[in-house]
Amino acid sequence: MIPLAGDLGNTKGVVKEKIGSFGTTRGTSTLKRGFAHMLKNGVVMDVTTVEQAKIAEDAGAVAVMVLDKLPSDVRKAGGVARTASIRIIQEIIDSVTIPVMAKCRIGHVYEAMVLQETNVDMIDESEVLTPADENHHIWKWDFTSPFVNGARNLGEALRRIEEGAAMIRTKGEPGTGNVAEAVIHIKNVNTELRRIKSIYDAGDEQDLISVARELKVSYSIVEETASLGRLPVVNFAAGGISTPADAAYLMTLGCDGVFVGSGIFKADDAKERAQAIVLATTFWEDPDKVKEAQKMIDERQSMLGLDTKNLELRMQERGSTA
Amino acid sequence: MSGGINVGILAVQGDVEENILATKMAIEELGMEGIVTEVKTPEQISDLDGLIIPGGESTVIGTLSLVNGSLKKIKEKIASGMPVFGICAGMIILSKKAKDRVVGEMDQPLLDFLDIKIERNAFGRQKDSFESEISIDKIGVSKFPGVFIRAPSIIEIGKDVEILSKFNEKIIAVKQGNVIGTAFHPELTGDISLHKYFVSLIKKKN
Repeated sequence: MIPLAGDLGNTKGVVKEKIGSFGTTRGTSTLKRGFAHMLKNGVVMDVTTVEQAKIAEDAGAVAVMVLDKLPSDVRKAGGVARTASIRIIQEIIDSVTIPVMAKCRIGHVYEAMVLQETNVDMIDESEVLTPADENHHIWKWDFTSPFVNGARNLGEALRRIEEGAAMIRTKGEPGTGNVAEAVIHIKNVNTELRRIKSIYDAGDEQDLISVARELKVSYSIVEETASLGRLPVVNFAAGGISTPADAAYLMTLGCDGVFVGSGIFKADDAKERAQAIVLATTFWEDPDKVKEAQKMIDERQSMLGLDTKNLELRMQERGSTA
Repeated sequence: MSGGINVGILAVQGDVEENILATKMAIEELGMEGIVTEVKTPEQISDLDGLIIPGGESTVIGTLSLVNGSLKKIKEKIASGMPVFGICAGMIILSKKAKDRVVGEMDQPLLDFLDIKIERNAFGRQKDSFESEISIDKIGVSKFPGVFIRAPSIIEIGKDVEILSKFNEKIIAVKQGNVIGTAFHPELTGDISLHKYFVSLIKKKN
């Protein structure tokens, strides 16, 4: 049994059909959130080509995320960042057996429609791309394909879940090779979860209602989340992960898995690094195994990275107030 | 708890937690005694009376279990009669052979125990994932909520394999000796009858 807090039930994305004599239903929250549960304790890797996707699959990635440019190149290039070429997404779908995800712009309903028609397994409504509508995220209940969304705190996460997100990734600052922001945000979420759990345990409904108002979400999702003491969907960490130790550290903070963006394919030892990050994510509880994983990479080949203090573009802030 | 059974959930990758919950409930409802733990290492696996290999990505679970010797240990334990339940990716890992619907023949680490050939992603991609009511009459379950997520199907079976359930002519659940495999995910539903059936196969050793 998985938590279905916030589920709206029979929405536009839910499709009832018949296969032979069997009645079937697609696009339910059990199927969308259940898909994310299958990714747990895994690494999703950003890729831009078929070659990179194959390296990721061989290294033990649990899924690949297709982009036009890696986040650090998006940052350098400036201009408008849009969803990746459908032709490349299709080639990758035909070349690997693991799930394939792709990013669309925040609020860009039709980029998402195109990705759903392309048959990607999950759509990432992502702040790495240039937002199309910062005030309104996509109403994800209209889709049969599941979505993952970024969040920096509990309010953002629950608002995205109420819009239909089946999975959350706590945002870092993409394309920096610097894990600092990811650490801050997962700790924020954890602190807020502990706070509402203690209010729930104390039976203080009045205080729980004021939390719901403060976070701009429904009382029922706050109550269910508080009773669980965790987000009601799978939560991965993302943003700036570059080394096996980075990944293992985020796992100790209670993440269900990690997304690695530029950290692998912007490094000079991508193949070894991809394998090493998978090992460290799987065996994060065993410091000796994480050390062995860390030994597989060469720090002189890590991406240089950026200090997150003086960035002109803070991708994490995109769409965060909506 | 020393008198109870020891059931492990292979915790390399995938939906481990849901299987722990469902198995604990099954043990309780059957009025048995036992513990359910996450297992990752060959040492932990050697102490078990029963094992569930959960859903996840079969290439990832298989490769990483091979790396640390767990796969070899599981094989020994199956040979000595330990009941194992493989769900979706778990069933693929228990099988002899797997091919992907789009990519073709696969060269991935498999336990080579269940005498079946698997077609991975047999029902399509995530958008085609579906729920449907199925029946598993062979074990006395006439209605069961089938949750199929990028599910495999079984395209060939050997003579020692018993078919437990079919969906529109596709084989979706099998049993061979003490090993069960399903293409669908009972742990994602509130129905624990399959977990109860599996737990009832487990005998305390010694």
